[in-house]
Amino acid sequence: MIDGKTLGLAIESSCDETSAALSLNGREVLSNIISSQIAVHTKFGGVVPEIASRHHLQNINTVVDSCFEEAGEKLGRKLTMSDVDFIAVTYGPGLVGALLIGVATAKAYALAAGKPLIGVNHMQGHISANFIEHKDLEPPFMSLVVSGGHTNIVQVDRYNHCISLGGTRDDAAGEAFDKVARVIGLGYPGGPKIDKISKQGDPDAIRFKRVFLEEGSMDFSFSGIKTGVLNYVNGEKQKGHEINVPDVAASFQQAVLDVIVTKAVWAAEKPKRLAVAGGVASNSRLREMLTKECEERGIELFFPSPVYCTDNAAMIGCAGYYKYLDGGIDDLTLDAIPGLAMDA
Amino acid sequence: MREIRIKNEKDTERFGLELADKLKPGDVLALIGDLGTGKTTLTKYIAKGLGVTETVTSPTFTIVQEYRSGRIPLFHFDVYRILDPDEMFEIGYEDYFFGPGACVVEWADQIEELLPEDAMIIRIERGETETERIYKCTF
Ligand SMILES: Nc1ncnc2c1ncn2[C@@H]1O[C@H](COP(=O)(O)OP(=O)(O)O)[C@@H](O)[C@H]1O
Ligand SMILES: [Mg+2]
Repeated sequence: MIDGKTLGLAIESSCDETSAALSLNGREVLSNIISSQIAVHTKFGGVVPEIASRHHLQNINTVVDSCFEEAGEKLGRKLTMSDVDFIAVTYGPGLVGALLIGVATAKAYALAAGKPLIGVNHMQGHISANFIEHKDLEPPFMSLVVSGGHTNIVQVDRYNHCISLGGTRDDAAGEAFDKVARVIGLGYPGGPKIDKISKQGDPDAIRFKRVFLEEGSMDFSFSGIKTGVLNYVNGEKQKGHEINVPDVAASFQQAVLDVIVTKAVWAAEKPKRLAVAGGVASNSRLREMLTKECEERGIELFFPSPVYCTDNAAMIGCAGYYKYLDGGIDDLTLDAIPGLAMDA
Repeated sequence: MREIRIKNEKDTERFGLELADKLKPGDVLALIGDLGTGKTTLTKYIAKGLGVTETVTSPTFTIVQEYRSGRIPLFHFDVYRILDPDEMFEIGYEDYFFGPGACVVEWADQIEELLPEDAMIIRIERGETETERIYKCTF
């Protein structure tokens, strides 16, 4: 406890980033250290989980130490493990090797310091990222979760309880961005690269098919547009034409976002509140489109800052805090669950 | 080497459904083919043939996804993001490859050295039209 507030330590290592954070009452972030491994990945033109998990092991103690240091500086007093009230950790979904390192570390700290351990669902962490900067946001609301592994429309009923109303039937949105970026020679990470280069392109240059699926469905399908871009690129090559990369990127992005925005806004029609989450929530065109649509429909729109959109421990600390308040303490048998359902 | 001409997705479906009927525990089906050649799509039809009721999505993010609602378990791998076979050991791939279900592996060329000797391999190539595919099967 610090000045009557609950101090939470959180650890996140489900995919690429190793991260540790300290926060007060879940929403007041004291430190949020993310050891970004993008540099390692770009060398190989893709995410390399094997390397990522090796780095987690190398990084994790340093990351935890610096999160205590930075939080201590912020408060102007030394913080140690004994000040901590609970330890939250991501236990799924994610890559098994990567998750295990975070879970094992959190268990070791919890056991050594005698602190409660809280296993957090990574996806609920992403949604909770919205609570950090929007102090008055409370459930219920609708959430759009868009990342490298997920594209879901989620009804958030209470803290740490949600129901997925729809998700992708094939590729996730972020995955489609990565794959298309590769096809048009932009490299990794595809999301930010397509976002950036699209600003110089014409979103109406090429008409890629928008896949809305059955009437009323909240599901998504992006494998068709991936193939659509491939067919377009191959076709142009065969004709001996150079492709206009900004135009292809912008047209692809627009087709994907048209579907996402339409469904998200439609789902938020009743709760009148929409909180966006996940890595793709940083996409500037998505923000623009949602801002406009929500304004017209009187829907209150929430976005985390980009730093809380990527995988980070502060969001895990926030979700963990509400689980802790709920008495959701796990014992040391907590296991990593790579395929953990988004609404589990 | 058997070569099969798939004219469109309907043919992919027929092929997947028929293959599903023959799959037994311990079978490893290795799919090799570029982006968009229909590896995930074929896997969806195999799952359908096995009677899987869950939605089969691309497992690129978690590398392996398990489906247990069908006639036999289906373990769906996408090893696109794997560079070093060590990562496969971390996942415990042997428990899947030699386990109680059938495995389908997308981007299997990435882990060629780990494939069992009797793995069923399909090389998928694009054909003349947008929906045509050539399946080169070792079985
Ligand atoms: N004959 C075919 N077999 C499979 N997919 C096809 C075929 N013709 C067209 N398609 C389309 O191509 C896309 C294949 O995407 P996907 O299965 O995700 O490919 P991969 O997993 O190989 O990257 C789908 O949109 C599918 O509808
Ligand atoms: Mg695939």
